Amino acid sequence: MRRRVLPGFGISLGYALAYLGLIVLLPLAALAWKASGIGVRELLHLLSTPRTLAALRLSLGGALLAALVNVAAGLLVGWVLVRYRFPGRRLFDALVDLPFALPTAVAGIALTTLYAPNGWLGGWLAPMGIQVAYTPLGAFVAMVFVGFPFVVRTLQPVLASLERDVEEAAESLGARRWQTFFRVILPMLAPPLLTGFALALARAVGEYGSVIFIAGNIPMRSEIVPLLIVQKLEQFDYAGAAALGVVMLLLSFALLVAVALLQRWSRRWAEHAA
Amino acid sequence: MTLELSHLDRRFAGFRALDDVSLSIAPGEFLALLGPSGSGKTTLLRILAGLDYPDGGGVRMGGEDFLATPARERRIGMVFQHYALFRHLTVTENVAFGLRVRPWRSRPSRAEIRERVERLLRRVQLEGLGGRYPTQLSGGQRQRVALARALAVEPDLLLLDEPFGALDAQVRVTLRRWLRELHEELELTTVFVTHDQEEALELADRIAVMNNGRIEQVGTPEVIYQQPATPFVCEFIGKVNRFRVRRHGAGFGVGGWMPEDDPWQRDVTEAVAYVRPEQLWLAVPPSQPAWEARLRHIYLAGSVAHLELHVASLDQPLEADVASEDLSRLGLQPGMALRVAPRSAVLFPLDGNSVPRSEERWLWHAPSPVPARV
Repeated sequence: MRRRVLPGFGISLGYALAYLGLIVLLPLAALAWKASGIGVRELLHLLSTPRTLAALRLSLGGALLAALVNVAAGLLVGWVLVRYRFPGRRLFDALVDLPFALPTAVAGIALTTLYAPNGWLGGWLAPMGIQVAYTPLGAFVAMVFVGFPFVVRTLQPVLASLERDVEEAAESLGARRWQTFFRVILPMLAPPLLTGFALALARAVGEYGSVIFIAGNIPMRSEIVPLLIVQKLEQFDYAGAAALGVVMLLLSFALLVAVALLQRWSRRWAEHAA
Repeated sequence: MTLELSHLDRRFAGFRALDDVSLSIAPGEFLALLGPSGSGKTTLLRILAGLDYPDGGGVRMGGEDFLATPARERRIGMVFQHYALFRHLTVTENVAFGLRVRPWRSRPSRAEIRERVERLLRRVQLEGLGGRYPTQLSGGQRQRVALARALAVEPDLLLLDEPFGALDAQVRVTLRRWLRELHEELELTTVFVTHDQEEALELADRIAVMNNGRIEQVGTPEVIYQQPATPFVCEFIGKVNRFRVRRHGAGFGVGGWMPEDDPWQRDVTEAVAYVRPEQLWLAVPPSQPAWEARLRHIYLAGSVAHLELHVASLDQPLEADVASEDLSRLGLQPGMALRVAPRSAVLFPLDGNSVPRSEERWLWHAPSPVPARV
């Protein structure tokens, strides 16, 4: 083995693996073990009930959509924060982290108050026939809120390190502004955008606190999977709750793997860096 | 078409990057903008590229207002100091970029683009590397990709910003010669920015020496080197010995050396003189006026030897260059005494405030019986 500047490869790797096992893998194994208490037949039955399917659709579909919205909004906000200097920029920058810091229940209650038919925003939207609170749309709004900082924060350092002369080169080669953006800037931002997307997605899929306040939790309409799990726990159906948990876990994992593959493809130009 | 730059001004917060710069660039010319950092040479190049705009003055090309043309319609090829390659695109895609972004009416067909890119890669000696990404290339290869990319759009004007700045010395010399050959082949009007005088002297047809946002002198490398127009050009180009001379009766002189027949009025009492190290005559016969010098050090740098002399009557060190092979022929040893005098010098009169007056330059040459070498 080559000599390294810092010694301790063995011990640090061992520690990292032990830590990962203890913090991440052990609880997941317990979950899987608990879920194995119900048979395959029961599991399939559980999954095929219309109520579970509706909840899965809202949880995953809503989270995907919310992550997409966050990619677009995060790109815009990150761009403004990195590229322009304006009064209050640092305050604006600090505000981005608020969804991280706020207890999710507080966020949920605040959003509900805002979007309720008699709230500040809800009062405007209601006459147009748009109801946000107590609908799937409310769940989606909460998911957008909690996932928002991820894209901005993963994008900022990459955006800041983009060299201006590359854009100038594109311009001098005859590219129009939109061509420079889509052919030069966006491809280089794709990796951090995908990372931000994956993080926002993971966060939205697992979000519980803020969503249950605003979604209204109407069975078949605005229930999310984490809520079903909590309900099962309250009925002492531990195996059923665990089974739903494992299904969520597998679906999320599949989504994250897909994003990781996409990301690797988007970074193919950096793969063989010398 | 001749590119006519007139009275360009460019101010940034607190300082003038360009101060009344006028210059004309002939078609097919290879022009160097030479100067220290902060002299305005890159600003000038960026204005030509359409990446920056002057606060005053104009640029005309064939009678048309060049500044009114947006950067992407100027038909320029720009090579950036750090290449600015698109690192997410392969070499082929980089070179093809300028063709692919054209509106479809003027865009060549796919086959045509492929053919043109291949031809360019052959020209810059990168055939076979088209599928690589910029991170997989060496500095010299990246430089040539940047050049091929700029040439792909068939520019009328090629602009190079410190084209060899980031390369190591050997690659730099090779690429420099190669670029000169390429220029002779393409006959493309080329402007390049450099702070390396050797690069400018070797490559360019003409050099514009810049300092503090102004052009100090424009001329061929020979003129710039042998007839520097200002004290700045004297000091910036090549190495030079500088000393003061004062009027003594009929002529100027210092420490026993007297150049004769000055062209100035008698009210000029002091001047500054510049002598190149290779223009110092080391074995002056006793019949002629000279400085008594002591040879302090000999620095042998390959084909040339740099000599450090101390002249007591000037109270300052002088530097002289001789060919290495002349060291033994002249029997030069550290510590020995020599009689030294300039063979030629450039002098500028000093006004009352000790400021040199460039417009009254005096190019002095020793009277003829001085041998051409040593």
